[in-house]
Amino acid sequence: MTTAVPALGRAPADRRRHGRPGALWAVPAGLFFTAFGLAPILVVAYLSLTRWNGLGDPVWTGLDNWRALRDDADLTHGIWTTLLLTALCWLVQTPLALLLGVWAAAPQRNRAVLSAAFFLPLLLSTAAIALAWQSLLDPNFGAAATLGPWLGAPDGNLIGDPDRALYVVALVIAWQFVPFHTLIYQAAVRQIPATLYEAAAIDGADRVRQFRSITLPLLRHTIIASSVLMIVGSLTYFETILLLTGGGPGTETRVLPLHMYIKGFVGFDMGYASTLSVLLVAVGTVLSVLIVRATGYHRMASDREGL
Amino acid sequence: MRRRDFLGGTAAALLGTGVLGSLGACGNSGPGGGEQLQLWALQDAEYQKVIRPAIDAYNSGAEDKIQLTTYVNDAYKQKLQVAMGSPQAPDIFFNWGGGNLAQFVKAGQVVDLTDRTADLSAAFLPSVLSVGQADGRQYALPMNGIQPVILYYHKAVFAAVGLQPPKTYDQLLAVVDALKARGVTPIALPGSQGWTELMYLEYLLDRVGGPDKFAAIAAGGAGAWSDPAVLRAATMCQELAKRGAFGANFASINYDNTGASKLFATGKAAMFLMGSWEYSTQLTNNPAFVKDGKLGWLPFPTVTDGAGDPTAVVGNPSNYYSVSAGSTHADTAVDFLKKTLTSESYLKGLIAAGQVPAVKGVETRLAGTPGADFTTFTYQLVAGASSFTQSWDQALPPSVGSELLTNLQKLFLAQLTPADFVATMGRAR
Repeated sequence: MTTAVPALGRAPADRRRHGRPGALWAVPAGLFFTAFGLAPILVVAYLSLTRWNGLGDPVWTGLDNWRALRDDADLTHGIWTTLLLTALCWLVQTPLALLLGVWAAAPQRNRAVLSAAFFLPLLLSTAAIALAWQSLLDPNFGAAATLGPWLGAPDGNLIGDPDRALYVVALVIAWQFVPFHTLIYQAAVRQIPATLYEAAAIDGADRVRQFRSITLPLLRHTIIASSVLMIVGSLTYFETILLLTGGGPGTETRVLPLHMYIKGFVGFDMGYASTLSVLLVAVGTVLSVLIVRATGYHRMASDREGL
Repeated sequence: MRRRDFLGGTAAALLGTGVLGSLGACGNSGPGGGEQLQLWALQDAEYQKVIRPAIDAYNSGAEDKIQLTTYVNDAYKQKLQVAMGSPQAPDIFFNWGGGNLAQFVKAGQVVDLTDRTADLSAAFLPSVLSVGQADGRQYALPMNGIQPVILYYHKAVFAAVGLQPPKTYDQLLAVVDALKARGVTPIALPGSQGWTELMYLEYLLDRVGGPDKFAAIAAGGAGAWSDPAVLRAATMCQELAKRGAFGANFASINYDNTGASKLFATGKAAMFLMGSWEYSTQLTNNPAFVKDGKLGWLPFPTVTDGAGDPTAVVGNPSNYYSVSAGSTHADTAVDFLKKTLTSESYLKGLIAAGQVPAVKGVETRLAGTPGADFTTFTYQLVAGASSFTQSWDQALPPSVGSELLTNLQKLFLAQLTPADFVATMGRAR
């Protein structure tokens, strides 16, 4: 309020100094992106037109791999699994992370201690998390044996049941990633000026009303950012699933990236795996563009206007 | 190749040719002026105790030195696939024989050992040696113990319920029903991993139709999967699962975290179909189970009206060493294999590590060693076998093998009918 500076007043001289930086500044990042982003994509696009098992030279097969997509029943199933898992992850993680973040943002010491404990999964490697959960989910000797009956599985069959496996995977992923998103929300909540809450309290708004009318609207950009990370991220993470279920039982938890990995690095059908990865790149790009467009994130409007 | 050159070029441009150049320069010359050979094997603490002394012994008298590099199992397959045919290829490499080896042979990347090791070949068990062949030529030599699949049973559980371990498939079904009625899981099956389910299909097809049925599948013959014997074996697998032979939660059980081994050792399950390595796994994780004499073992039950030979076994005949065609020291590599693989100290080392070397007459050496009753059984099982079919996922091309393991899980979970299973596998390329 007091810091508002008429930005337009200092125009011409300032614009030269603080205007857009020259193209030269983009060279390091551009080179990096070309070498590790663009070049591999181009190589993979070429490989998707060949048959290659990693030995010898790729054999040009034209569009054979692309035609094979049509007959791949696991692909259709994999796309649905990916979409379902993405939706599940978002539905489980967003409310949890949001509420925990808001809770953890308050200054009390007991909250700080509990938050510190809660952020521990962030420090663990994905592989360690997956293997620990695999043992916990053992139906005879793990926690699944004890908790199974409470969850409707008297024999502890959680990770091996075709109808439950994907939900279990979504929960394990949530356990791993909720702390990260909580951290984002916690930081964002702490940015909200306390004066807003004071004013609302004077106007007689209770806590729930304050949350709905102040916290949530001001977290809009954070929610979008966290959702983009979650949704686009769910297109790439597969290591948890690989270690936890290997995509099984059958293909129940075989998401698209895992399908690509299994085709490429277990079956050594690099050509077809490349086709799948080109598909993934396309889907991922379209999805993030869609989200950014639909949410108006790209306009970057301030949510502190008028303050 | 084109891809590798391209990526190599990019890497060189980024890192500067100087760095790579200096790495390349010091790679191949060892101390003493001789050359260095790369030997790649799996990370296996027990096997290290065997191969390291063998390499040291060879190196001490040789101009060209052998250098050992080890990898973990799953990463190794990928590493080898990428390295073969490149300048970074190893001189001697560990492999599984079968389809895995055949694809390297097909790409012209393996040295034909047939004539150079003819005298050595006579020392090995023929059924094990044949898995190291492609197109009738010897490309790989056994370097590890034999690992047939065996039906283990829990003696205390069988005694408590007053049952005899099954010798025929019909007896197996009767035992399954009896155990189920008493609340014991009949057979431990780590069904979250398809390769453990594969053992049933392998044995049942062999018992029902004989080894030729799978040989036809491995040869890629049209319609080999739709043979009636394959369909019957697949049907039997699904019936076992539906009958409750593996309990209701087998798809949640994992082998690598020893969930299945523990289930069996604690007597919650009465039988376990697994490779011969399960003996050492139990000895490590549940020593009392083995030492108290509660662990029993049997050949896989026979199928009364089956066409297969009841002595036939399936499993991993052995692991193998091959020499890569790109090696500039192939002669030294072959010389090392000839001097090592059947040497007294190497065989003794393998036996001390709990392995049964795939050489003829090894029986006499086994006597008096710890666990001799089990290793002698294993040796006799293989030595007396009319055929030794290699694990299908190793024998088939990798792309078909990975499809097979996925579809097996679906078959055991009744997500695929036996007919659909056979049809789907017939289409796998």
